[in-house]
Amino acid sequence: MEKNTLKLKKGLAQMLKGGVIMDVVNAEQAKIAEEAGAVAVMALERVPSDIRRDGGVARMSDPKMIKEIMKAVSIPVMAKVRIGHFVEAQILESLGVDYIDESEVLTPADEKYHVNKLNYKIPFVCGARNLGEALRRIQEGAAMIRTKGEAGTGNVVEAVRHMRTMVEETAALNKMNKTALKKWAVSERVNVELVEQVQKLGRLPVVNFAAGGIATPADAALMMQLGCDGVFVGSGIFKSSDPARRAKAIVEATLHFDDAAVLAKCSEGLGEAMASLEMSKVEQKYAERGW
Amino acid sequence: MKIGVLDIQGSVEEHLESLKKLAKSGMKIEPVLVKTPETLAQVSGLIIPGGESTTIGKLLRRFGLRDLIIERAKKGMAVWGTCAGAILLAKKIIGKQQADSLELMDIAVERNAYGRQLDSFETQLEFDLGSVGRAYAGPGIPGVFIRAPKIVSVGEGVKILAQHKGEIVAARQKNLLVTNFHPELSESLEVHKYFAEMCSEKI
Repeated sequence: MEKNTLKLKKGLAQMLKGGVIMDVVNAEQAKIAEEAGAVAVMALERVPSDIRRDGGVARMSDPKMIKEIMKAVSIPVMAKVRIGHFVEAQILESLGVDYIDESEVLTPADEKYHVNKLNYKIPFVCGARNLGEALRRIQEGAAMIRTKGEAGTGNVVEAVRHMRTMVEETAALNKMNKTALKKWAVSERVNVELVEQVQKLGRLPVVNFAAGGIATPADAALMMQLGCDGVFVGSGIFKSSDPARRAKAIVEATLHFDDAAVLAKCSEGLGEAMASLEMSKVEQKYAERGW
Repeated sequence: MKIGVLDIQGSVEEHLESLKKLAKSGMKIEPVLVKTPETLAQVSGLIIPGGESTTIGKLLRRFGLRDLIIERAKKGMAVWGTCAGAILLAKKIIGKQQADSLELMDIAVERNAYGRQLDSFETQLEFDLGSVGRAYAGPGIPGVFIRAPKIVSVGEGVKILAQHKGEIVAARQKNLLVTNFHPELSESLEVHKYFAEMCSEKI
């Protein structure tokens, strides 16, 4: 009998496909998310839009709060660590969370190294803006990837850019011969075997979700039509005027992402979306954290 | 013969891929995705994939598939639930939250009973495929267990097909099959083949 294998780590993410993972800050929100049909929750003290507003250093959440959320719901619970903060990751592992997000939304702890995720029993999800970045994270042991987007803005434009870039780069890779492939791998600091695997599969070898700026059912469906396996919604739900209703609507839109009539129905009467930002007004771009 | 994979959430593509491989190997089946009542009406068998049982259960109800699946299953359509799917087929669910179960099979299932992700495991299983007239004689079937539920008890007329350390991990009642592990995550097609044969049986 084997535990904590890559197959099991990737496998849990495979079970989340087609679903919505919601940011929650307490047990009560976690229950609302579960009731709405979320496939998992991300436990954190402040949603990205609040981190953006408050400024200062954003860190791993209080273990007490994470434990309360783990107790409150039966769906998987994820939690965030700062980029490179391998001790925060050790702490989350000891709590037994189901997935760790090494996240650019928190303030990076290391400017040179990401966490060596191969050292952990718990699977990791990491953000990426392009194919090379995604593959570097997978090489470090990430079992799931998400676009970085621009968290806490309610603006989907960056998530779209990151997803399109990954799709275009994967397509370009498929046309490369061996020499070009090797050259690309070297320039991106990725093992050639991993790049060959992407070429063979025509996609990333792990599940790829969309994240960062998704605020409406249409945003979620947009990301799904662009080829994502599922979506993370951060501030988009609990910073809107009617969280339970919006959460449900985003879950339905993610399932029926290719059916405009259903999308129209679930977009109806949702009230106000979260307060949002234009990219030119964003002072700190979280997506630029990490490399 | 069309075999459907319920396309709501979870390991949908993986099941579809396994069925496609079976079709390629010469089995006369046509794998399809089932998301609407129209596609459900066309299939001889339905796979409910792994995923989050709460999510799948709620959406089955919200999209009007729940009653139709129950009706077809009661008339003999073969249904196979893997992991979350097994929870959805169970008549009894033990655990803090009741899923929106289809309540079709005489088994009691306890959600996440093997623990959290840290307790997920891979192993080899002996699977009794004799009941479709084909004794399985291999080194075993790969069992991939992810935050798996436990099948705590089975009623009369339920045949136990596989056990691991004394716990039931696969069972069948007439046209209904449950596995609390994920054959769709392994290379082995044995359980998919078993189910495809179930779909062509007259029950």
